[in-house]
Amino acid sequence: MSETMQPVETPKARRGGPKMQTTTNEIAVDIVGMHKWYGDFHVLRDINLQVKRSERIIICGPSGSGKSTMIRCINRLEEHQQGRIVVDGVELADDLKKIDEVRREVGMVFQHFNLFPHLTVLDNLTLAPIWVRKMPKREAEEVAMHYLKRVKIPEQANKYPGQLSGGQQQRVAIARALCMSPKIMLFDEPTSALDPEMVKEVLDTMVELAQEGMTMLVVSHEMGFARQVADRVIFMDAGQIIEANEPKEFFAHPQHERTKLFLSQILH
Amino acid sequence: MTATDVQPVYVRRLLMDAQPAPITMTGPIGWLRANLFATPLNTALTLLSILLIAWVVPPFAKFLVIDATWVGVDRDACLPSATRPEVGACWPFVRERFAYFIYGSYPVAHRWRVDVFFALLAVGVVWLLWLKAPRRDLGAFYAFVVLPIVSFILLRGWPLLGLPTIETAYWGGALVTIVVAAVGIAVSLPIGILLALGRRSRMPAVKLLSVIYIEFVRGVPLITVLFMASVMLPLFVPDAWSPDKVLRALVGIAMFASAYMAEVVRAGLQAIPKGQYEGAMAVGLSYPQMMRLVILPQALKITIPNIVNTYIGLFKDTTLVSIVGMFDLLRTIEAARIDPKWATSVTSATGYVVAAIFYFTFCYMMARYARYTEARLAKSDRR
Repeated sequence: MSETMQPVETPKARRGGPKMQTTTNEIAVDIVGMHKWYGDFHVLRDINLQVKRSERIIICGPSGSGKSTMIRCINRLEEHQQGRIVVDGVELADDLKKIDEVRREVGMVFQHFNLFPHLTVLDNLTLAPIWVRKMPKREAEEVAMHYLKRVKIPEQANKYPGQLSGGQQQRVAIARALCMSPKIMLFDEPTSALDPEMVKEVLDTMVELAQEGMTMLVVSHEMGFARQVADRVIFMDAGQIIEANEPKEFFAHPQHERTKLFLSQILH
Repeated sequence: MTATDVQPVYVRRLLMDAQPAPITMTGPIGWLRANLFATPLNTALTLLSILLIAWVVPPFAKFLVIDATWVGVDRDACLPSATRPEVGACWPFVRERFAYFIYGSYPVAHRWRVDVFFALLAVGVVWLLWLKAPRRDLGAFYAFVVLPIVSFILLRGWPLLGLPTIETAYWGGALVTIVVAAVGIAVSLPIGILLALGRRSRMPAVKLLSVIYIEFVRGVPLITVLFMASVMLPLFVPDAWSPDKVLRALVGIAMFASAYMAEVVRAGLQAIPKGQYEGAMAVGLSYPQMMRLVILPQALKITIPNIVNTYIGLFKDTTLVSIVGMFDLLRTIEAARIDPKWATSVTSATGYVVAAIFYFTFCYMMARYARYTEARLAKSDRR
């Protein structure tokens, strides 16, 4: 209840100030006893996960284990049927306003980029700031160029997504999410659709982001990346969290039989 | 074992420059080979087409030009005689009745108003369709707000402005055809979009209403809709309220076209990958923003050929308004061709040729425009 007494912060104030640690709430994402079904199929079973601010979490597991579905529940691209999901102090329920509020604060990067092909790179980046944040066009473009420089492709600003390589497109997608100044970033297999040559440039961008203290949930099988940046690695199977540990321990001494089997399959 | 020249290790030392293509692939010979005689089937089709052209074109040319009558004041000029056993098209008939084909019975003294309307409409069409035109936002405002109001005042009249009222019963010819088609085209797309969105809505009531509307209207012939609009509507409302005859036909046509347009747009919406919706939602766009800024621009782009296809169908369907007593272009030609002053064995054919030229010109222009936008899109997809 004490939370409601705190002054309400406006998006504007947040944009001006430092991005992190502006609220006293130290929990970025809190998932408690969450279940989800696709029709009769129980895809997510009793998910409990607390993500602290600035924490980096890598989620791995066999395909169909529910990894993507879980992180898609966090910005309500998927609906859960039981349990609670609280994102940045806002509980996700059917309230559309709450959903919009959460989506403004949570950036997402997809396996297949999902850039808007009919808009230039710059327009892809400024669309949401202009329409959702009501930012003036000039300011939005400045912000967009800032992030394009950070992902090292400012020269592509006026091209269309179809003219870029996969790695460049994924970096644009990351910049697009960052333009909304999100507090949390979700990555859904960001390198799985890329040619091997382009994986590194995307991972480098993500490493930089992690070093700056972004709260990140990453579904990925890039184990090198997990070792390098993750605070915790989570292994999922059959819709459940099987094992969670800090990366060193996770890779060196997996506890569960299923985890051991999985790691033996992907680490050769 | 025999010694071979094949070596397991190969490294290219000299990179080869691009060479010109062989002569059989470029120039007129290359064009002929690629387009007319590429395969035996192609060659056969080419020859068949040449035969077809040779079979069809000369009789047409003979009727329309060589044997045609060019001057005259009544049917006598177009009658076969001992010196002229073969009579072609009767052009004096068309020349005399041309104004009737364009304006119908619109009073002669006020026909300038129709001319101004045509000019205003042409400006609107060009402004909207010419993609590099300046201020296309203003063009849309002009075409969808200013033009309808001004046209209504101009054509129907506003005595206060010195424009006497001219009842729609006097409207006719190409004027009616173009008014009905233009209103149908302008109204069916926005309503069609709303119906398509409604049909895909997650709100059950909206979805149900949209489905009922679309399926009901699509399941009934246009003639039935027009009959209902013109015959049954007056039965239910008092005479004084009974809407104008042209208006009733307009509503009927627009309703009908909207249902078809809704299905065309729905197909486009379904072709947009789910990732586009998710990408738009993930950056925080609301549903209306997502639709307007991300989904519809892409969906309508890929639907342009089908939208234009529906428009072409609509344009030709306007001829059906003659059934409810309106004098569209075809109906004026029908009326003129049985006029005893011009009745000959070739008058009907001549009139129908005029109708064919008119409808073909408009439909072909629409088709060409669709091709042009398609080509443009194909280019932008390759980018």
